Amino acid sequence: MSTRERIFAAMQQVAAEHGKPLRPLADSVPLLETGLDSLCFAILIARLEGEFGVDPFTSSEEIAFPTTVGDLVALYDAAAPLDAAA
Amino acid sequence: MRRPEADTLRALVAAAGPGDRRILGPDRSARVADLLAGSVLAGGRAALAGRNVLLATGDLVVAAAALVELDGLAARIVLCPPDVPADQMPTIAARAGIDAVVTDGTGSPVDGIAAPRIEATWPPRPAGPATDPIATEWILLTSGTTGVPKLAGYTLAALVAPVLARPSPPSPVWGTFYDIRRYGGLQMCLRGLLSSGSLVLTGPGEAMPDFLERLGRERVTHLAGTPSHWRRALMTPSLSAVSPAYVRLSGEIADQAILDALRTAFPRAGLGHAYASTEAGVVFEVDDGREGFPASFVGLNAATGVEVAVVDGSIRIRSPRIASGYVGTPEVALAGPDGFVDTGDIVEARGDRLVFAGRRGGIINVGGRKVHPEEVEAVLNRHDGVRVARVEGRRNPIAGAIVVAAVVPRDPGLLAAGEAQAALKGAIAQHCRDALPPYKVPAMIQFVPDIPMSPAGKVLRPHA
Repeated sequence: MSTRERIFAAMQQVAAEHGKPLRPLADSVPLLETGLDSLCFAILIARLEGEFGVDPFTSSEEIAFPTTVGDLVALYDAAAPLDAAA
Repeated sequence: MRRPEADTLRALVAAAGPGDRRILGPDRSARVADLLAGSVLAGGRAALAGRNVLLATGDLVVAAAALVELDGLAARIVLCPPDVPADQMPTIAARAGIDAVVTDGTGSPVDGIAAPRIEATWPPRPAGPATDPIATEWILLTSGTTGVPKLAGYTLAALVAPVLARPSPPSPVWGTFYDIRRYGGLQMCLRGLLSSGSLVLTGPGEAMPDFLERLGRERVTHLAGTPSHWRRALMTPSLSAVSPAYVRLSGEIADQAILDALRTAFPRAGLGHAYASTEAGVVFEVDDGREGFPASFVGLNAATGVEVAVVDGSIRIRSPRIASGYVGTPEVALAGPDGFVDTGDIVEARGDRLVFAGRRGGIINVGGRKVHPEEVEAVLNRHDGVRVARVEGRRNPIAGAIVVAAVVPRDPGLLAAGEAQAALKGAIAQHCRDALPPYKVPAMIQFVPDIPMSPAGKVLRPHA
């Protein structure tokens, strides 16, 4: 699975667990309009750290916070260790 | 008890200067001069004189206007945020001796309180001069406990001390993500009201993008929120609508990641994080953009009178800014016999800094909401498949921390990953969702062979 597919799958799982209707995901969708609330994002980032072995929010020197789904995917694409990106 | 007119909030607001000062909400706005000349309590003023008043309006601009009127008029003001559960309201009212309620029909649930209602009206109406001011006790609800919040009683002098110690530059536009009925938000409200500028308040349910755009239109210069507020703002494209000269964080641990992100977003702004609590008030402000605080802050600050001590790793505070005591629960002391408040905040030395390392007893702060691990463990332990569970916080870049659980399954065969383990994890998670609000539900559950116990048979926790 690509980074994007793995992130989308994690978003769908968190949304399902919290009973949040998720908008169809695409890179251009603003994160705050996906249907996930702050708590869901917090859980998503924690799970993605388990999945990719990296938390780009705290490991990067300069973080630009992501505002769209595409930004979020790019953040993990840039930060993911090589073995996880395969 | 009479008190000097010059000490009232009304007098302090009036003394902050004329000019075109306004309080701005999404639905209601007013010139400060009109608030001082008029009244939102109008006909109810006489009925509120000398009373213990619960202030429970939904609209924050109306709440701010009512506060200006009630200080000096009421004996007590309880500032009630709208998210207090209805079943806790009668206990809060009884502890504070509430005998009048100010509502606008949209705030906290007050149906269970037997006291006369005074309807706050908008816009402010012309009113006669204020009567001779009496001493007013301000009461804020704490968030650090399970069950009914405790009531922290304050004098106005203690509440405004941090504001007067750090005056705003001329004509600022203060804005805050907070609810002004909580300590951090009230500080920002007072900062706005006691400055020579304006104050922008959020509305009930106002979405972050809308609020940021409104802050941009009002040209906010001083903007304050918790790290969780700021993380959410940083994920909102309309953050580019604002360019504050000063950015402030308080209410949760400000870690280096959020400070760096704000520095990147606002390279020219002053960046400060304050350490404060509902019991201890504002302790200090850190302006160097680094997490934690200089070790030299320990001791007595001669300028502010605030004294910081670290005992067994946790911060204790003695200060003219702390609450006078808890109201209605005489069995609980707010400060020790030496006058120090034990905050329960744990710090660790790192070089010349002290850095916040969480709460004693493992209390987890999820986006500003406190979670007691014992409460979540009790729910987990009730599940048939669980032998014992330990709950702790894990640092999180979005919420500050999230709840995670280590669980020893009753069936050791389920320690191995597989379908049966996944099914049990799913069932345990569902069991927690049925029993707990979402922020208390473990975001991740890990199965482990055992959990360390103390000799007394308690789950071991750091700093417990």
